[in-house]
Amino acid sequence: MNQSYYNGFNSRKRKQEYKTDLPVMITPEVKEPGSILSSLSAYIFKPWHGFVILFFCMVSSSIAFGVDDNAKSSIAEVLWRWMPLLLKGFIFNIVISICAMAIGTAAGAALGLGQISLNKWVRRVSWFITQFFRNSPWLVLLFFAMFLLPFEINIGGLAIPLPDWVKAIIGLSLPVMANVSEIVRGAVVSLPSGQWEAAESLAYTRRQTLWLIILPQCVKRMLPPWMNLYAILTMATVLASIVGVSEVMTLTGQALAAEGGRTDLLAPFYSFVLLIFFMYCYPIARWTVRLEKKFSVIG
Amino acid sequence: MNWDDSMPMVSIKDVHKAFGDLEVLKGVSMDIKKGEVVCIIGPSGSGKSTLIRCINALNDIQQGSILVEGQEVNDPNLDKLELRKKVGMVFQQYNLFPHKTALENVMMAPIRVLKQSKAEVEKTARALIKKVRLEGKEDSYPGELSGGQQQRVAIARSLAMNPDVMLFDEVTAALDPETVNEVLQTIKDLAEEGMTCILVTHEMNFAREVADHIYFTDRGVIVEHGSPTNFFDEAKDPRTKEFLSQIL
Repeated sequence: MNQSYYNGFNSRKRKQEYKTDLPVMITPEVKEPGSILSSLSAYIFKPWHGFVILFFCMVSSSIAFGVDDNAKSSIAEVLWRWMPLLLKGFIFNIVISICAMAIGTAAGAALGLGQISLNKWVRRVSWFITQFFRNSPWLVLLFFAMFLLPFEINIGGLAIPLPDWVKAIIGLSLPVMANVSEIVRGAVVSLPSGQWEAAESLAYTRRQTLWLIILPQCVKRMLPPWMNLYAILTMATVLASIVGVSEVMTLTGQALAAEGGRTDLLAPFYSFVLLIFFMYCYPIARWTVRLEKKFSVIG
Repeated sequence: MNWDDSMPMVSIKDVHKAFGDLEVLKGVSMDIKKGEVVCIIGPSGSGKSTLIRCINALNDIQQGSILVEGQEVNDPNLDKLELRKKVGMVFQQYNLFPHKTALENVMMAPIRVLKQSKAEVEKTARALIKKVRLEGKEDSYPGELSGGQQQRVAIARSLAMNPDVMLFDEVTAALDPETVNEVLQTIKDLAEEGMTCILVTHEMNFAREVADHIYFTDRGVIVEHGSPTNFFDEAKDPRTKEFLSQIL
């Protein structure tokens, strides 16, 4: 038995030497394979593998469908031809996401502050609005905005048109607003009450306490969840295709139709859309994780 | 207001305070004269901290009266900001503002609350930081300072408002033993300069050395009070004796 010390059982044998009767000291056996697997995947699975897998999907599907019919132009060629239009569509998605985020953040910050107001009614109304929009499906809110908002508004004789994409921005900013409201409220509540007390005992007004002491400390806490929300919103902008806004999904559908509904194009085209979303959202996610780590250390 | 130096600076009469069903203060009275240093000692949960938090209206009271320089604290129309400009407070957990440097922590309130000019405030703030022996730490953030250093910044921050009374709520309870003394020395300096101080503390030797008057509280009432010599050497009440025998 002692001979086996130098072979592959080495580490396992060593572990047994530490064996003990104390239940707290015994390492649960089941965990071992799991922990090895997770440590392996931590080493082996890198972000760029995502791209590899996506490209593999695109290429393999192209081969599967493309080989039998040489009369049609190759898939890569078709995709290349449509790419500028699709990218333009994607930029439109980005514009929608940025605008919805801006409106949602401004409105959500106000609503979040409303939730911590000293006035009972302001607090209740803000709470209700927040809960209502936070617990509604985004698509329903989008339809709501699409069909209930007029196509133009009259402000003092000036007619401001409300095209579909503006309505989509408003529709998407509603759930963003509710989520930002909760982020703000959560950050304020998470600060130690000693900060409020110290400010109070120094004769700061409530408004001063909030703006000079509480909120500046909250920004750090709010940033990671806020960025997370932005990534989710960006991915949700494709919902606008359902209500006819010509963003990247709509354009992909139109491009596929223009190519005569070739089934071999479906996978490459939608893979391409996935890829550009991935390339945009993944760095945001990584950055968020990094910020979270950084802030959790400093506290 | 009809108040002058000869009257008590803080006058507490028959104060009752309850959190829900839990009665924390059951009729506490004490007078603190100008320039006096008063230590409140007693077992945990006897209402010491609650009592001094009532003095600057961080806690409200249900019954009784607290007069600070003749101003009634137990009054729904009380101008809390005016009261708190006169009463400084230092907490057990320091509660410095972590996003501001030591100097900014000291300077903020006089500039924002008292609307004093920045240049003037900076001068006094630097002098205060020197006074609490933290020269060279002006630009450090609270996270970069030790507990004792943070607590001294907190004392300087409170002093920058030029208060008439200082409240200290177990200010050394969260500190390492070796940094306790530096904070106590700072408070001692203050006391010797004639600042009116009300301290809740577990530092008996310090209380004996610095206090003019000691109050012993237990279960929401003042059991015994007197000068340090009377109190520590000639305690009469059995509860006081028991407490002292455990702690000394």
